[in-house]
Amino acid sequence: MSAPRVTRPRWFAALMTLTLAVTLAFLALPVLAIFLDTSPWALISSLGDSQSTDALALSLETSTIAIAVILAVGTPAAFMLATRSFPGRSLVTMLLELPLVLPPAVAGIGLLAALGPQGILGGALGDAHIQLVIQTAGVVVALTFVSAPFYLRGAQSAFVAVERSYLEASRTLGASEARTFLHVAIPLALPGLAAGLALAWGRALGEFGATLMFAGSLQGVTQTVPLAIYDQFAENFPAVLALSAILVIVSASLLLTVKLLTGARELGRAGG
Amino acid sequence: MRRAGAILAGLALLVSGCGSSGKPKLTVFAAASLRKALMSYAARFGQAGVRFSFAGSDMLAAQIEQGVRPDVFASANTELPEELYAKHLVGKPVVFASNKLVLAVPAGSEEITRFADARRPGVTLAVGSATVPIGQYTATVLDRLYPRARVQLFSNVADREPDVTGIVGKLVEGAVDGGFLYATDVAATDGKLRAIELPASLQPTVAYAAAALAGGGHAAQARAFIQGLLRESGRQALRAAGFLPPPSR
Repeated sequence: MSAPRVTRPRWFAALMTLTLAVTLAFLALPVLAIFLDTSPWALISSLGDSQSTDALALSLETSTIAIAVILAVGTPAAFMLATRSFPGRSLVTMLLELPLVLPPAVAGIGLLAALGPQGILGGALGDAHIQLVIQTAGVVVALTFVSAPFYLRGAQSAFVAVERSYLEASRTLGASEARTFLHVAIPLALPGLAAGLALAWGRALGEFGATLMFAGSLQGVTQTVPLAIYDQFAENFPAVLALSAILVIVSASLLLTVKLLTGARELGRAGG
Repeated sequence: MRRAGAILAGLALLVSGCGSSGKPKLTVFAAASLRKALMSYAARFGQAGVRFSFAGSDMLAAQIEQGVRPDVFASANTELPEELYAKHLVGKPVVFASNKLVLAVPAGSEEITRFADARRPGVTLAVGSATVPIGQYTATVLDRLYPRARVQLFSNVADREPDVTGIVGKLVEGAVDGGFLYATDVAATDGKLRAIELPASLQPTVAYAAAALAGGGHAAQARAFIQGLLRESGRQALRAAGFLPPPSR
């Protein structure tokens, strides 16, 4: 029972250092192991394997479409959430963020129950000759569902952070709300929007469970990179490591983009 | 995720299994198609408690190769346990049951009512991926077809699932019109799916083999678990789930 002192006790500093070292080792080791276990040559030669290249191309295609849809629909929606107050706004925000914490398997089941052939909208989709399950379109739907909340959340806080006086000035000077949105709000919120976009893209590239359950796994049609990794795990561990390494590199690039766009301080606040 | 979760669950089981008191706990890695039969067999197995990790046999074998150590590995083929035996990872495999491959369709299906319908243009099929036994048996069936029929059937493949559970799921949800499964998988759906028998000339030999892990902590119980599969209690549970006796050599 020593008297309180202004300086931190030394044991606590040691404890913090230790816990940080343990955390760093635990989180970084598996990622590093992927690179230590695979040679650059294996990484390059895996690009000659059609299953890997098909998966990479499909992942790129489906995630790009998903992101485009999210961008087009999500940006005005997030702007409304950020700038208008209406009854039930917090409830709407919460519902939109729910997929963030949803287990992917639950997302897959939910998509089947809603849009599957026997789902709530299955009959209507069938009448319109739209089939999503077992189709590339189904992959896009799954990716959009799981990654949209990441963008919506980022975009909403980016719009909230825009000075209201700029928007009001634009309106006072006679610009319509649409024009204000396009020419004032979006440019001002751009770094935040881009950061949300990068996070959403990363989530889309990593999507596994919902895709497998809703869209299935077929080379070149529905088998994205994470599904190809799972498919080849038993057979071809080097190829799996190489594909994993590529995903790590892409994800790290996206994360770096986020960091550069938002600055470390702002990211710390948004992620907190 | 359920299947990816199986890997983690398998690891977690092994970690949590250490140091428990009372009856020993056997960890059994088993082919997804064995779920019903082995669960009922294990419930009556007196010598140890049993925890399962069900997944594609290839996935489980890969986990064992990566250093995961259950007590028993039960596979939907004989090749994977033999490969692990050759690498001294498991003891001598014991063939304990056989099964039949069927064309499975949703119970009320009008798309497919006989085997030849699976070749019709526009029909969608789910099959096992190339590395899992169900996918390899399906490939054997396709190889035995006439080239034209093979091409037609192959072009209808719309989905390759990592294990039988995934194929059953896609069929039950109506995502595909048909799929190649074991007869026991169809029986386990309690009428949701219907089995269409394959022509006898196409039927592959589907044999199940189990092996105890080399140097495992519960070697005696693991061997007893495997031997019991050949005795009355094991045979009864397997028969009830629709499995056939091991193929005669």
